[in-house]
Amino acid sequence: MILNVNDKWRVLLALLLFAVMLPSHASEWSGYSAVEYRYFQHQSLNSPAGQHDLSVVLAPEFYHQWHDGQQSLIIAPFLRVDSEDAERSHADLREARWLIAKDDWELQLGIAKVYWGVTESQHLVDVINQTDLIENTDTEDKLGQPMINLSVFQDWGTVELFVLPYFRERIFAGKEGRLRSQLVVDSDKAQYESAAKQHHLDVAVRWSHSIDDWDMALSHFYGTNREPLLQPNQSFTALIPYYEIINQTGFELQNTSDSWLWKLEVIRRETSSQTFTALTGGFEYTFYGVFASDLDVGLIGEYLFDDRNDELATPFEDDVMIGTRITWNDEQSSELLFGVIQDLDSSDAVWNIEASRRIGSRWKVSLEGRFFSVAETNSALYQIRDDDHIQLELARYF
Amino acid sequence: MRKWTVLFVLLLGILPSVQAETAQQKGLAIIIESDNRDKGWQDSSADMLMTLRNKKGRQSIRQIRVKNLEVEGDGDKGLTVFDQPRDVKGTAFLTYSHALVPDEQWIFLPALKRVKRISSSNKSGPFMGSEFAYEDISSFEVAKYSYLYLRDEILDGQDCFVLETRPLYKHSGYTKSTVWIDKDEYRIQKIDFYDRKDSLLKIQRFSDYQQYLGQYWRADTMTMENQQNGKSTTLKWSNYRFQTGLTAKDFEKNDLKRQR
Repeated sequence: MILNVNDKWRVLLALLLFAVMLPSHASEWSGYSAVEYRYFQHQSLNSPAGQHDLSVVLAPEFYHQWHDGQQSLIIAPFLRVDSEDAERSHADLREARWLIAKDDWELQLGIAKVYWGVTESQHLVDVINQTDLIENTDTEDKLGQPMINLSVFQDWGTVELFVLPYFRERIFAGKEGRLRSQLVVDSDKAQYESAAKQHHLDVAVRWSHSIDDWDMALSHFYGTNREPLLQPNQSFTALIPYYEIINQTGFELQNTSDSWLWKLEVIRRETSSQTFTALTGGFEYTFYGVFASDLDVGLIGEYLFDDRNDELATPFEDDVMIGTRITWNDEQSSELLFGVIQDLDSSDAVWNIEASRRIGSRWKVSLEGRFFSVAETNSALYQIRDDDHIQLELARYF
Repeated sequence: MRKWTVLFVLLLGILPSVQAETAQQKGLAIIIESDNRDKGWQDSSADMLMTLRNKKGRQSIRQIRVKNLEVEGDGDKGLTVFDQPRDVKGTAFLTYSHALVPDEQWIFLPALKRVKRISSSNKSGPFMGSEFAYEDISSFEVAKYSYLYLRDEILDGQDCFVLETRPLYKHSGYTKSTVWIDKDEYRIQKIDFYDRKDSLLKIQRFSDYQQYLGQYWRADTMTMENQQNGKSTTLKWSNYRFQTGLTAKDFEKNDLKRQR
């Protein structure tokens, strides 16, 4: 199951060939390719990388369905080639899964992506897929996760069972990359609490339900922590990831009434060294059609809490996020998301901006910016305090 | 003598109701007749091609697939999936519509694989940048409006009832609408929408009506012309299918992720 880069490409090629050979009437290709440019405002504190970074992305997706849509196959490889960081040049199989869906149940086999959660500022409950941190620090890009996933639909809710036979390690920026700590993470030396290492059989179960204005979910995960502890090696020349076995219970709740969304995510995580609780809770309120225009303006407020109270474990241990989401409702689907996460115990803050607009029918331009205002030396963000950057992406969808 | 008394009492009982059929009652009766003629279709699916035109005549298109489930005594359920533009391909909406309480609505974002419950208060906003507002394409329920019969009128050679409707639900972008309904089949032929300042905002025309299962009429073409900004949007419907065996099970949150 451990594939080296060559094997990965061979598997990918085989899957693509297989996809091309399938009868085409119920099959389709879609996806996008993109050029991304990143500009860093300052010279790096830790890395020889300059202030400019150019990269290209190819993300095709093959879809085939049969049996009147009751069975389907998705194959979605992903490739980024980066001009600066060899680690950021990476390929992944985001999805390669077969699905069979019946009235009362659904079975998903293969490499897939699953999203859990309701809040905007961080995603505590979302634990199935490993985060592709090198794609984007917003933790919303995920690596494909091998799984057997059975969902059962009942009047009293949906129950999903997951068996996760193989663990994906987190990818970190390399020596030539930015947005990294002073010491580079040496993923090849990763250590595990379980003797089975990446082959530990992780399992998860989730119940979710909607009643009137309420959407809720309760989940439990037992297995390899997606977030490694990073410990310096003996010569203090690199950081070694250590993956613990955890038990994590998650709860999600959303109330939707009129223009208000009220959201809550809570987790309780038990590792062999500690047990802690973390939560994100808040609201999103939208003014529709402001000033007699088509513009929607949403206000977002969330509180982020972690009872470890350890800025190194998470910088969001007692923070508030305030943001706005502006939707133009125009032909180009223009939108803007702007927010700041402010630490309540210091002056540290992280600013975030995301904007996008379609050009014609197949192109889309996106702008993202992250700005760090961090003075606390014991914060996990201190190492990337000079990595303020904006990135511009031009994508073509096919 | 007794017979006369009975007749007199009957007349007393009937006459006031005949005389007092007010414009409101007549308007409501027409709408109820129109609504009754469209009952029993159970479920439907169709493809929609939406063409947006700006003042200069520049066009852009959206391709959408729609499934609907008729719900007795409540609003219909609907599932909408986007094929075009390509950047929103696979994005899907699930709506449980209701007459006066807010609709329940979820969106599926394929890039994140995220199902998100969203507010349904956005009635008056444009649907995908078009001249159709969300309230223009949502399921029709008699209880959503008050009705007033205005007059009879010939529209494009068809004898029509002309009604005024006023929305009773919250967040509408309209004060009122004028609706033309043909007397032959009780189909909506035209709607004039008046904005919150009570001036004419948009005109919607329905054409190329086709009859399905020998009963249900659907307009293959709908055109919405904005009278204030010069933009227009045309909807072309195709591949209408009825009673395909869809059930409530096909309109649940879990189904959003599987739509393609």
